[in-house]
Amino acid sequence: MAELKFIKPELNKRTSACCGPAESMLQYANESSVSASLPVLKKNRKAYVTGSLMTDTGAVPVISTDITRSDYWEHVKCRASAFRNTYTIDPGLYAVGSPDKNSDVLVSANYKLSFDALRKALKGISAWILALDTKGINVWCAAGKGTFGTDELIRRISITKLDKVVSHRKIIVPQLGAPGISAHKVLKASGFRVCYGPVRAEDIGPYIASEYMATGEMRTVTFPFIDRLILTPMEINPAMKKYYPWFALITLAVFGLQPGGIFFRGALFGGLPFLLLGLISIFAGALVTPALLPFIPFRSFAVKGWITGMLLVIFSAGFAEIFNQVNTILLIFTYLFFPLASSYIALQFTGSTTFTGMSGVKKELRIGIPLYIGGLILSGLLLSAYKLQQWGVL
Amino acid sequence: MKYLKNVASLEVDIDACTGCGVCIEVCPHNVLAVEKRKVVILDKDRCMECGACAGNCAFGALRVDKGVGCAAALINSIISGGEPSCDCSGSNKSACC
Repeated sequence: MAELKFIKPELNKRTSACCGPAESMLQYANESSVSASLPVLKKNRKAYVTGSLMTDTGAVPVISTDITRSDYWEHVKCRASAFRNTYTIDPGLYAVGSPDKNSDVLVSANYKLSFDALRKALKGISAWILALDTKGINVWCAAGKGTFGTDELIRRISITKLDKVVSHRKIIVPQLGAPGISAHKVLKASGFRVCYGPVRAEDIGPYIASEYMATGEMRTVTFPFIDRLILTPMEINPAMKKYYPWFALITLAVFGLQPGGIFFRGALFGGLPFLLLGLISIFAGALVTPALLPFIPFRSFAVKGWITGMLLVIFSAGFAEIFNQVNTILLIFTYLFFPLASSYIALQFTGSTTFTGMSGVKKELRIGIPLYIGGLILSGLLLSAYKLQQWGVL
Repeated sequence: MKYLKNVASLEVDIDACTGCGVCIEVCPHNVLAVEKRKVVILDKDRCMECGACAGNCAFGALRVDKGVGCAAALINSIISGGEPSCDCSGSNKSACC
């Protein structure tokens, strides 16, 4: 019999993610048909599949525990851009090493970043990986949304005929999947007992070696500097795309608009310090605040962001005055608007942290939103007053 | 790192608790403990309302307003009037029919 090869050609197509029978996610073919599909199979894609393993229910792709250079490059792209939204793998069952009927089953998401963290941690271990269809979202976020959930787990166990692949009835679910899973419901519906594994994939080895005992440390979520920093590009990107172009346009218009028409020179020289201050407030809210999070006083993210923004604006204001004659109205605008912008942007980071809850964010918004809207209106009035004063009306 | 004081919605129904300890296993922030075969809240301010404890309690002994602690998601829900949903899942939100 010809060796079976795993050939599903498209990596990132999410067309089958929800509509239609996603169950047909794994396609196998004989060696001879591989070449026919190759044109679509781009080099390096699915490079993590090294072969296949025959089980009672069919062939299961065997995956590598090595993270290649192209994987790492994808990770960088994933962290920095919208590429993260399509960084998926096919849901289903995978094999690591040479697992048998007694091997552990580890549940994961169909987000490649999560999948890579897990397979990297399984070096030297033989196990099954059951990747749920989380629409390409990581375990914790998907558990919060419910896509990494009880129903999907039960469904996936049944689709992959897991009860025939292994003889035991235990599945190891990452602890951070617990918000989406009700272990007792999974047991009732599928017969599989859910064991919650460690928070971090890297602890899987020690967890298995210690007879499935997770230490308190393995069970606790942390949020160290490097983790916070890794998440900042996704704070900076949307701020630069969503808000900055509007801000820049308005700034240039305010400074360019003169009684005699629109002047490019005025727009550039008058507006430049403010364009820079705009960048500084994004930098303060989206990078400095997250990076220095535990060192900035107060628990509210809005307050933390405001403090960082205010300090950086004060620090830069001297520089700004080089370009601009000191104008009281503009000065008030500067100290009102930019720290508030930093505060608003910092508040967005609540979505990336590991410890902020909904009730707290709601409280921040209840107090914050009226202040932000008020501040924005007042800023607009100040800029209008500045223009009127400049034109000699006031 | 802790978030705002006295806002978490976590509640315990002592009578329903059997002291099985599943909630302690799933809690990512070490909020709960079992003392004298009953669950106790060690530090409510550490709770991020992920809902893992309540969802995995077979006896209904824990209650929490589960939700995403994400400003973007909550602002989106205010604007759209819908459920809180981050735009972190991007365009694929509509990929589901």
